[in-house]
Amino acid sequence: MNLHAVGVVYRKELTEWLRDRRTLISTVLVPLLAFPILISGMISLSAVLIGGAKKEVPKIMIIHGEDSPAVVDALKSNKEIEVVPFADNWMDQISDKQIRAAVEIPEGFQASLDKGTTQTIQIHYYEGEIKSEFGAEHVEKSLKAYRDDLVKKRLEAKNLPDTLIAPFDTKQHNVAPPEKVGGSTIGSMIGYMVIILSMTGAIYPAIDLTAGEKERGTMETILSSPVSRLDLVLGKFLLVFSASLTTAILSVTSMGLSFAYMGHALAKTSGAGIHMNLGLTSVVAVFLMALPLSVLFSAVLMTVALFAKTYKEAQSYLTPMTFIVVIPAVASVLPGVELTPKLALIPILNTSLVCKEIITGTYHWGSIATIFASTCVYAAVAIFVAVKIFQRESVLFRS
Amino acid sequence: MIEARSLSKRFQDKKRGEIRAVDKVTFSCEPGKIYGLLGANGAGKTTTLRMLATILEPTDGTATINGFDVVEHPEKVRANVGFLSTATALYPRLTAQEMVEYFGRLNGLDEPTLKKRIEDIFSRLDMNGFRDRRCDKLSTGMKQKTSIARTLVHDPPVMIFDEPTTGLDVMTARTIIGFIADCRDRGKTVIFSTHIMSEVERLCDHIGIIHGGKLLEEGTLAELRAKHNEHNLEEIIVKVVGPLANAEA
Repeated sequence: MNLHAVGVVYRKELTEWLRDRRTLISTVLVPLLAFPILISGMISLSAVLIGGAKKEVPKIMIIHGEDSPAVVDALKSNKEIEVVPFADNWMDQISDKQIRAAVEIPEGFQASLDKGTTQTIQIHYYEGEIKSEFGAEHVEKSLKAYRDDLVKKRLEAKNLPDTLIAPFDTKQHNVAPPEKVGGSTIGSMIGYMVIILSMTGAIYPAIDLTAGEKERGTMETILSSPVSRLDLVLGKFLLVFSASLTTAILSVTSMGLSFAYMGHALAKTSGAGIHMNLGLTSVVAVFLMALPLSVLFSAVLMTVALFAKTYKEAQSYLTPMTFIVVIPAVASVLPGVELTPKLALIPILNTSLVCKEIITGTYHWGSIATIFASTCVYAAVAIFVAVKIFQRESVLFRS
Repeated sequence: MIEARSLSKRFQDKKRGEIRAVDKVTFSCEPGKIYGLLGANGAGKTTTLRMLATILEPTDGTATINGFDVVEHPEKVRANVGFLSTATALYPRLTAQEMVEYFGRLNGLDEPTLKKRIEDIFSRLDMNGFRDRRCDKLSTGMKQKTSIARTLVHDPPVMIFDEPTTGLDVMTARTIIGFIADCRDRGKTVIFSTHIMSEVERLCDHIGIIHGGKLLEEGTLAELRAKHNEHNLEEIIVKVVGPLANAEA
C-alpha cells in the first residue's frame, strides 16, 4: 500500500465530491434541513390544530337527565361548553362533527344520588378527533367538579373533615439525571438515526465513484495510471466513508438542535418539554460505536455499486439494501428487544442496541468490546472483498 | 520498446462460451517507430492494447514494455506508458489543469517537476486559455488536448493509442495525428490502432493486420505492398482478412 497514492486519490475524489451538487444535496443539505423542517412543521401544525381546538366552545348534547335537573344545570352553567337540545341522531351528529360529545345521564340518577347508590354517566365522543376529545374532556371536568362539590357538601352535612376521603397525598420525584431522562426519551432514536443516516450518506458517493466512473468513461482512464488497485479502492473508500460520517454528524447535530428547540417551544406553550441534555460522552461513544459500522456500509455499498454499469442500475441494486439496514435498526427500538450475547454478533442490530444502552448511561463493557470487535472484523472483510472485486475484469468491464 | 510474446486473452461468455479475443499474438515495436494495428471491429485490437497497458491481464503469454513484464510488474509498466483511447474520458468536475496534475501526482512526480512539466505541455499544446475551465465545459478539441497532456505528463517512453481519432472532426484529428508523429520524433515507442488508412500510410513504420484475435500479417507498408502486389492498403487488408471473414460468414 502506498499512502501517498491513497492520499492523492482521496484528495481528487474530495475535490470532485465537493463540486457535485447532487451529492452535496443528499449528503449535506438534506440531513441539515430535514429535521428543522420536520420539527418546525410539526410544531406549526400542532399549534394550528390544538390552538383551533382549544379556542372552540364545543357543542354538547345531553341524553335523558329530565329527572336529574341538578347535574344538567351544572353542565349548562359551564361556560366552556354549549349545551344544545337533544336529538335522536346524536351519534350521527358526533360523527358528522355537528356536536363534539354527548352526555348520557342514566334514568333516576338524582334519586340514586339521594339514596347514596352509584350510577355511571357515559360520555360519548369520537376518538382520534381532537375537537371531540377536547369536548369530552370539558364535560368530564365539569362532572368531576360537580361530584367534588357534592362530596364536600355531604361531608359538611355530617361534620366530617375533607381529609376523610383524602387521608394522604402522593407526589412523584425524579432522581434520574437529566441526560438519562433525555436518553430514555430519544435515546433509542439517536442510535437508529446515526445508523440509517451513515448509510444514506454513503449511497450517492459509493455509486458516483464506481458505476458513475464506468458510465462517464473515466474508469479506463484511471486504470491506465500506475496507481495500484488497492490504493485506488482505499482512496475511493475513504471518500465514501467521509461522506457517510459527515451525513451522520450533520444529521445528529441538526436533530439535536431541532429537538432542543422543540422541547423549548413545548415547554413554553404547555409546560411539558423534552429534555435534550444528553451527555457529550454518550454522544461521542455512540459515534465511536458507529464508526466500524460506517466502514462496513461504505465498503459494502461500493462493492455492490461496482457491479452496475450505470448510475441507475446501481440505484436499483442499492435500494433493496436500505431495507436490509432499516429492518434490524427498527427492531432494536422495539420495546423488549434487549442486548444478548447472540444479538451482540448480529451487525447493525448490535450497534443499534448498544447505542440505545449508551445513551441511557448504561455501559456493558463486555458487550461493547464484542460489538466493536465483531463490527471491525465485518468491516475489514468488506474492505478486503471490495479490493478483490475491484481487481476482477469481469466486473470492471462488464458488458 | 514493446515486445509481445504469444499474448492471448480468453473471455467466458454465458451464451457463446469461451471467446478467444486475442490468440498468441507476437510482435515487437522499437523506440522512434510507430506500429499500426489494423483490423475490423471485434478483431482483437482493443484487447491487445489494453493488455499492453495492463488494464487487462493476459490469459496466456506475456509482453514487456521498456523491459517490464505486464504480468509481473503492471504498475511499473503503467508508469512507462501513456494510454489514450476514445474510452479514456476526463473527470468532468476537474479543471484541465487539475486533471493533468492528478495523473502527474499518481505517477509520483514531485511538485516542482510537475509544475514545470505542466507549463511546458500546456504551452506546447496551446492549452493556457482553458487550463482553469472544468472538463465538462470543454469543447471536443480541448478535451482531446487535455487527454494528450494527461498521457504526456510523466513523459512515458511508450505511447499506446486505441483508435484515437474515431468520432473526431478533421481539425481535432489533425492535432492527434501531429501529436503521434511528434511522439515518434521524440524517440518514443508508439503503437496505435485505427480504421483510417490514410493515417496508417502517413504514420506507420510497421503494420500488423489482426483478425479473429490472430495476427495474420506483419511488415512495413512497402513489404506488404510488395507481398500482395497491391498499392492500396485497404485492398491489402481485404486480401488478408477476406477469405477468413467470408468463411466465418
